[in-house]
This record gives sequence, C-alpha cells and structure tokens, in this order.
Amino acid sequence: MTRIHDMGGRFGDGQVKPSAPNESLFEKPWHARALAITLAAGALGRWNQDASRHSRERLPPKDYARFSYYEKWLAALADLLVRREVVAIDEFAQPERLPSQRLSKNALLGSEVAKELAKVTPSTCEISRKPRFATGDKVRTRRPSGNSLVKGGHTRLPAYAAGCLGKIVMFRGNHVFPDSNAHFLGEAPEPLYSVAFSSEELWGCVKDSSNDEVIIDLWESYLVSAN
Amino acid sequence: MPHDHCESDHPHNLLPSDPELRVKALETVLVKKGLVDPAALDAIIEIYENRVGPRNGARVVAKSWCDDEFRSELLEDASSAVGKLGYSGRQGAHLVAVENSPEVHNVVVCTLCSCYPWPLLGIPPAWYKSDPYRSRMVREPRKVLKEFGLEIESGRKVRVWDSTAEIRYLVVPMRPEGTENFTESDLADWVTRDSMVGTGLPKPPASQ
Repeated sequence: MTRIHDMGGRFGDGQVKPSAPNESLFEKPWHARALAITLAAGALGRWNQDASRHSRERLPPKDYARFSYYEKWLAALADLLVRREVVAIDEFAQPERLPSQRLSKNALLGSEVAKELAKVTPSTCEISRKPRFATGDKVRTRRPSGNSLVKGGHTRLPAYAAGCLGKIVMFRGNHVFPDSNAHFLGEAPEPLYSVAFSSEELWGCVKDSSNDEVIIDLWESYLVSAN
Repeated sequence: MPHDHCESDHPHNLLPSDPELRVKALETVLVKKGLVDPAALDAIIEIYENRVGPRNGARVVAKSWCDDEFRSELLEDASSAVGKLGYSGRQGAHLVAVENSPEVHNVVVCTLCSCYPWPLLGIPPAWYKSDPYRSRMVREPRKVLKEFGLEIESGRKVRVWDSTAEIRYLVVPMRPEGTENFTESDLADWVTRDSMVGTGLPKPPASQ
C-alpha cells in the first residue's frame, strides 16, 4: 500500500533543526559529488525523474531509515544503473580494473552543463479530453492510496490524505502521470489539480488551528466526485 | 497486476558501505565506461555552489514588492515571469508563487521526497529534506514554525503546500514595515531563503 518515504503526519521524528548560520550547502564534499554523478547519469536518458524517485522509495525500509539523504541517492543510482542495464552488476566489484572506454556520445559534456541545467522540461502534455473537475468542486481521494497499475509501485497520493474530502483550488494542466511513467509504462498524462484539505479533515479536531489547510497536487484518477 | 521487481534485488549492496568510497566507486565505474565526463561533475557542483541559489529568489521577491506589473505577472505565471529575469531550469518548469497576506501564511513542504524550486532557491537545506520536517509540517505546522522562531497569530490561516507533483512553490513574504524608501537591491538583501519557503520572515541583513 505505502512505503517508508510516505511519512506525512507520522509521529516520533522529534524537533526540526533549522540551519546554523553559514551552514554549508554540502555538509561533506562527497555530498556534492553524489548530487553531481546522479545528475550526470540522469542526463544519459536511461530513466526519468519518476523512476529515479521510485528507486529511492523502494530501498528496503531499514536502509531508507539509516541512510543519510545522499546515501539514499547513491543507493538508488546504483540500483537504477543495474536495473536499466547501463552497468553490469559484476562491474561494481572492482571498478579500478575496468578498461577505460571512450566517452559515449550520450554523456553530458562539461561544456554543456550550464545549458543542460538551465533547460526547462515541462511535464505537461496536450490531451483531448477536458478536465472532469472545476474550481470549487468537492472531491474525495481514493482509499487506500497506492499504485493501481503496479503492486507496490510509485504513486504521489500521500497516505495521510487517502479517503479524505477536499476542494479543488485550481486545475494545473495535464501532467505526465508518475504512477505510469515511473515504471516505463508511458507518460499517460492526466489533469492535475491543487486540492485543499482542512486540517480537521486530515487530522481530526485540531486545537487553535481549525482554519488551517493543506494543499496537495493530485492527479485526476486519485479523485472521485463528492459534490 | 505486475509486481514491482524482486524486493531482494538491490545491487547497491555490492558497493562499499562507506559513502565516500561508494561515491568514488560509482564515479570510477561511470567514468571508465565513458558514461560520465569528469569535467561535467565539477561544472554541476560549481553551478549549484556559486550560481543557482536563494539570491535568485530574493531578487524576484524584491522586484515583486517594487513593481506592480511584475507582481501580477509573477502571481499569474511565475515560470514565465522569472524566466524573463534569466531564472529557469531543472525543477522549475512549473513555478507557482504564493503570496503571504495578513490573513494567510504559506509554507511549503514535500512529504514524499524533497521537491524544491531549484532555479530560485538552489539545492534545499538539510532541514527541508529531514524526516521531522517532512513528517510534521502537514500535521502540526504551527508547532514546527515555532521551532524556526516563527509564531503565527491564531486568527491567521496557515496554508501548507505539499509539493507532490512537478509544481514548485515560492512563498512571497510580506514586505517588512519601514522599508518604504528602500531600493529593490536593498530589499533583496532582506529576503532570506527561509522566508521564501515560509519558515522565516524577511530580516535586516545584519541580523541574518
């Protein structure tokens, strides 16, 4: 149904530690390196962003909990490289012994990085049907949350908002559907909406903050009409 | 229904467990196989360390405080408005600016991962990616904001945006009182990173 990354509303995580003055962007030099190899390997085009997110989410819960942020990135990258057949599993055994090959034509060149990072890649697509819901419509989210195409697959309906009554705030265009795209089953674009949920609906009676709300971006197939 | 691969299939276990050695091993494999240009790695780090960061967002906010036409454009279509200032790119195709007011305080979280408007704010800080922030901001935003030193009056609505799709939210804080005669560039110095996520307020450069 859900995985360990889906932590909205969970108890027990303790206090948030705001940044110390002059905190560095990368706590350790290898953090920067982990970010850079992830982006450079992503530029090979062998997977998409949804697949990349899913690769982090599907780490065993024990690893997800004990790994720091960039350790999750590294583990997910290693898994993706093998699953997408970019690297053979035995090549991880003794990297220094691998023969040096010429730079692939698909590799991101140092000279192209600035252009590549400044590139805007919209996740919106044209579709022929019209959005089913309009601003102000009442909707209820699917329950249980979870991918309906692949068991244990990627989804973006957080468990804390499953089965809840909300109101459409705005239609955001037709966006690539992560539940399908993460598994290379096609982009399958769907209308996307910002949906408002009152704190009371999500968490029950909330002292001093009954007027507060959470807005979540949700794809049409996560929603049913509740007008 | 297909199942999501074999659950025991986690090739990362074959790499060294020390993260520093793990990065090195991955980098070596990718470079030896000709899949990654080492110069690209240095260039990526240089850009996020020096060029793309919260100063971009601060300039956008300061401009919206000084220029009504830009403010309307920003609230209408933020990607287009900030694109004209040269701020575009990865994690920024669908930017949305949400403005604070005496009635509403906005704050942004990503409970499922760490989605963040990179072209305007750069790489997210550690707290934004931390479990306590991700788990608690949707359930008890007022309490979490207090941990940042921010108390929201009880009559004011707290609106939490959980970034579950490719929409990336920028909070536009309210212009501080007493800054009427400030130039746009002076104002930009008041706009902190946290004020654009909703966990802080603009403050004088000396107290940041």
